[in-house]
Amino acid sequence: MSKASDVLFAPLFKDNPIALQVLGICSALAVTSKLYPTLIMCVALTATITLSSFFISLIRNYIPNNIRIIVQMTIISSLVIIVDQLLKAYDYETSKTLSVFVGLIITNCIVMGRAEAYAMQNGPAMSALDGFGNGLGYSLILIIVGSIRELIGSGQLLGYQILHMTTDGGWYVPNNFFLLPPASFLIIGLFIWALRVWKKEQVEVPEFSMKQNAPKEIKVEHA
Amino acid sequence: MQNKDSIKNTLFIGLGLCLVCAAVISFIAVGLKQLQKQNIIIDQQKKIVAAANLESFYGSVSNAYNSIEEIVIDLDTGNFTDLSPEEYDLSKELQDTSKYISLSSSEDIATIKVRENFSKVFLEYRDGDLNTVILPVRGYGLWGILYGYLAISNDLNTIVGLEFYEHKETPGLGAEIDNPAWKALWNGKKLFDEEGNLLIKVIKGKVTVNEANSNYKVDGLSGATLTSNGVTNLLAFWLGELGYLKFLSNLKEEVSNV
Repeated sequence: MSKASDVLFAPLFKDNPIALQVLGICSALAVTSKLYPTLIMCVALTATITLSSFFISLIRNYIPNNIRIIVQMTIISSLVIIVDQLLKAYDYETSKTLSVFVGLIITNCIVMGRAEAYAMQNGPAMSALDGFGNGLGYSLILIIVGSIRELIGSGQLLGYQILHMTTDGGWYVPNNFFLLPPASFLIIGLFIWALRVWKKEQVEVPEFSMKQNAPKEIKVEHA
Repeated sequence: MQNKDSIKNTLFIGLGLCLVCAAVISFIAVGLKQLQKQNIIIDQQKKIVAAANLESFYGSVSNAYNSIEEIVIDLDTGNFTDLSPEEYDLSKELQDTSKYISLSSSEDIATIKVRENFSKVFLEYRDGDLNTVILPVRGYGLWGILYGYLAISNDLNTIVGLEFYEHKETPGLGAEIDNPAWKALWNGKKLFDEEGNLLIKVIKGKVTVNEANSNYKVDGLSGATLTSNGVTNLLAFWLGELGYLKFLSNLKEEVSNV
């Protein structure tokens, strides 16, 4: 695999920001109860992380070391504000659903993480690619979680009725648990498990191992 | 880059970046402002038109809204005022102590703490006659205040629709107040009985046809008793003495005099 495609596709399964690095969980829980806002969130985050990595990498040789986090934050938050403004102007309904979570992209560890770990050391083109790849990795998980939650929770996908619900005279009793944020924990957990069964190298070495119970001492009484 | 970490460069990059970012953001924010304002207005109009179920009759939201007259009323006297509806903003009214009253706990059925003295209502005229009255209502649900519009037909006793535009209820449970199937239940329900008692309420479970007063009852939302009670309470408040009752009786006189 060439370096560029490795940078782009590694974050999908091999080095997924949510599944392996376990970053960005907060928004993965909050915005995934319906698929459509989930998709918009994915686009918003992917755009932010691609552009922020690009711009940070562009000026990386001029960023003074002691204010580099502030510089990164300034760039990221400016981009997030722009994304938020665009959403409010062109997709008002969804921006109301996503509300504060678009703004919270600023604090999304994936964006900062890629800026620190990759964009500060690599050229702009590769950094943008790396950001885009990580955005895709994030989107992959969110779309899976969003689809499952909307389908099981309200019998719909993208607002189209797939399962005929009892409330409309059908057979499907929706599982309301899937509309609540904790359901995402379950789905993400299962996804991580499945991924680690497939890619064994992702299984972490336990930080400590439980000691075996000491064998029972056999007391032999000598007469 | 030898002097990357010098004080001069640190200041230069810090200030420079802030200036660039600020300029870009201001440029975009100002550029999009008009569009965003428009969105908020259209969004409100959509909800008002949806509450009164006017879109199918007029063909589009903007057509429907053209037949609607906005007017500011005085809730204490129930009379029209000549205050400008364009300049009316509920959140501003609730900041000015002379423009609202605090509610005592016995008065505050809908748990909204304060009530504005002036309210902006919407009247739909068809061929010169009043057809629908649309009243803004609000009240506490389970997680927060439900904001909505109640549309009443020109007999001032029959509900046309109830539409909420802002709430924080649980998706799938309380948020089913947005479900079209549930909203459709409101159409045709009555508010007051012959003696003028307010009977409308959201009950627990389903309303059966043979039930007494079934005309005044709406199916409860399963798993969302507190949200359902919230809706009952907010209707009780806004259709009561402190709400639109005076305005509605004034309006009734006016309609019957014509």
